[in-house]
Amino acid sequence: MRNILIVARKEIQEGLRNRWVLATTLLLAALALTLTFLGSAPTGNVGVRALDVVIVSLSSLTIFLLPLIALLISHDAIVGEMERGTMLLLLSYPVARWQVLLGKFAGHLAILAFATLVGYGAAAGALVATGAAIDAQSWAAFAFMIGSSILLGAAFIAVGYLVSALVRERGTAAGIAIGIWLMFVLIYDMALLGVLVLDQGQTVSGVALNALLLLNPTDAYRLFNLTGSGNVSAFSGMAGVAQTSTLSPPVLLAALVAWALVPLMLAAIAFSRREL
Amino acid sequence: MTGTVEIRNVSKRFGKLEAVRDVCFELPEGETIALVGHNGAGKTTLLKLMLGLIRPSSGSIRVLGEDPAAGEFAARRHLGYLPENVSFNSALTGSETLAFYARLKRESSAAVAPLLERVGLSHAAGRRVGTYSKGMRQRLGLAQALLGEPRILLLDEPTTGLDPALRQSFYEIIEELRGHGTMVLLSSHALTELEERAGRVVIMNRGVKVADGSLDELRHIARLPTRIRLKVADSGLADVPCWLGPLGEWRRVNGRVLEIDASPDQKIELLRRATAVGAPVEDVDISPPTLDELYAHFLRSQEALR
Repeated sequence: MRNILIVARKEIQEGLRNRWVLATTLLLAALALTLTFLGSAPTGNVGVRALDVVIVSLSSLTIFLLPLIALLISHDAIVGEMERGTMLLLLSYPVARWQVLLGKFAGHLAILAFATLVGYGAAAGALVATGAAIDAQSWAAFAFMIGSSILLGAAFIAVGYLVSALVRERGTAAGIAIGIWLMFVLIYDMALLGVLVLDQGQTVSGVALNALLLLNPTDAYRLFNLTGSGNVSAFSGMAGVAQTSTLSPPVLLAALVAWALVPLMLAAIAFSRREL
Repeated sequence: MTGTVEIRNVSKRFGKLEAVRDVCFELPEGETIALVGHNGAGKTTLLKLMLGLIRPSSGSIRVLGEDPAAGEFAARRHLGYLPENVSFNSALTGSETLAFYARLKRESSAAVAPLLERVGLSHAAGRRVGTYSKGMRQRLGLAQALLGEPRILLLDEPTTGLDPALRQSFYEIIEELRGHGTMVLLSSHALTELEERAGRVVIMNRGVKVADGSLDELRHIARLPTRIRLKVADSGLADVPCWLGPLGEWRRVNGRVLEIDASPDQKIELLRRATAVGAPVEDVDISPPTLDELYAHFLRSQEALR
């Protein structure tokens, strides 16, 4: 346990030093603030549920940005250290490989969580500062949104580690990471929609659709946030889907957790088998 | 003497390449041992096997009584390693880097400053490692290997990039540790440098151990001639074979100096004649075969066997 914390601490220290933490926090805060004020324009100042609108726009931002940031920091974690030669020295110390991996995971996740919390928190803070009235239900939905965003980030950090543990060169890892981002964030949904349109509900059953949605962490995240709370789904236009989808929020959350844990485990196995 | 490292019939294959073949040796504590060989002779592979970074294809390895490839491997706390071309994360400072490694070895952070002082890096402790020169990185690498008074030191090409003064203090540190019972394994190309330091030499070639012993033992096995130089008075130059006898090949180098390659059993007899009363010799200079020559000899004899 102590080794994990030591490695995590070093990752955070490095993140602070090379300004990763600063850059991601500023980026998320800037985009979140922009979306908050642009997003509230259509509802005007009467906006009864200003925070719910913010949740919708921020969760869309999360789907694009957090997987990208997570893959950027994680794809290099193992193969990069091996190429630079720092892994050789680290593994000659009394620390097991799985401890190195978990330590890095804890460190990277902490960086991402900090950036998300501060960045999105700034948006909510700005909203409060403008005098918008926000009820407890909205706050809960907002908290769930931040929590699930961090979970989505964790899933993509784990996927990035898996790639990093499997490939031989950093360039390959970067290429695959970009491919994974494109696949999950852009192509998967378009392909799924295309299939559904062509299929006209003939062969793809509701169960199959649910399974297909769970196979993509970003879809699980989207459904969780856009349909999880009744108020939010009314704004998001996903109300129709929410009614037909039989996936409950706990199931969606469990899918996200699985998306973080399974790749992490596979990465640990791949890393432990690797020869330096 | 207790063994720190035991290697028994170890082979390691990478696909088709056999990097190490059926190697056996034991490294007792309190010795400085040189591991010598070409690039690709299997030196680094042996070091990695001892560290447990790779597993042997066959055979067994014990380091401080444990299997190094088993998980966390507590014995690593008593082990210092300096890899060839050591590198560090460039974002952190020298003392931050060393503090990180100290924590992993459960050493107090109070050990960091004295160690940096010892390798002459105090002035750069607060600078980012990215700004360090090659020699400074090597010193930092040495500092991390020395953390926690190791019982085993595995040093891969330790003196590359070090200036002569630092090289000297490096060997002083090694000698001091050895005096406390540390086993120091030096893998290097710089043979002349090792010659005076290493009590024992292990020569590797193409994954096979070709020689193992103290320098004297190796000289004994190799039976290489000792080079003797005699500075001869003018009177003696005329009929050398007469007073020197038919002992080995001799040749004249620059004027009055004779150079003789004496085989081990002729050596004493030759010296006796050269220093006998009335012999026209003004000065004698004897150089036994160097590690360089021994190394070349063992490589040749192994190649001849193939």
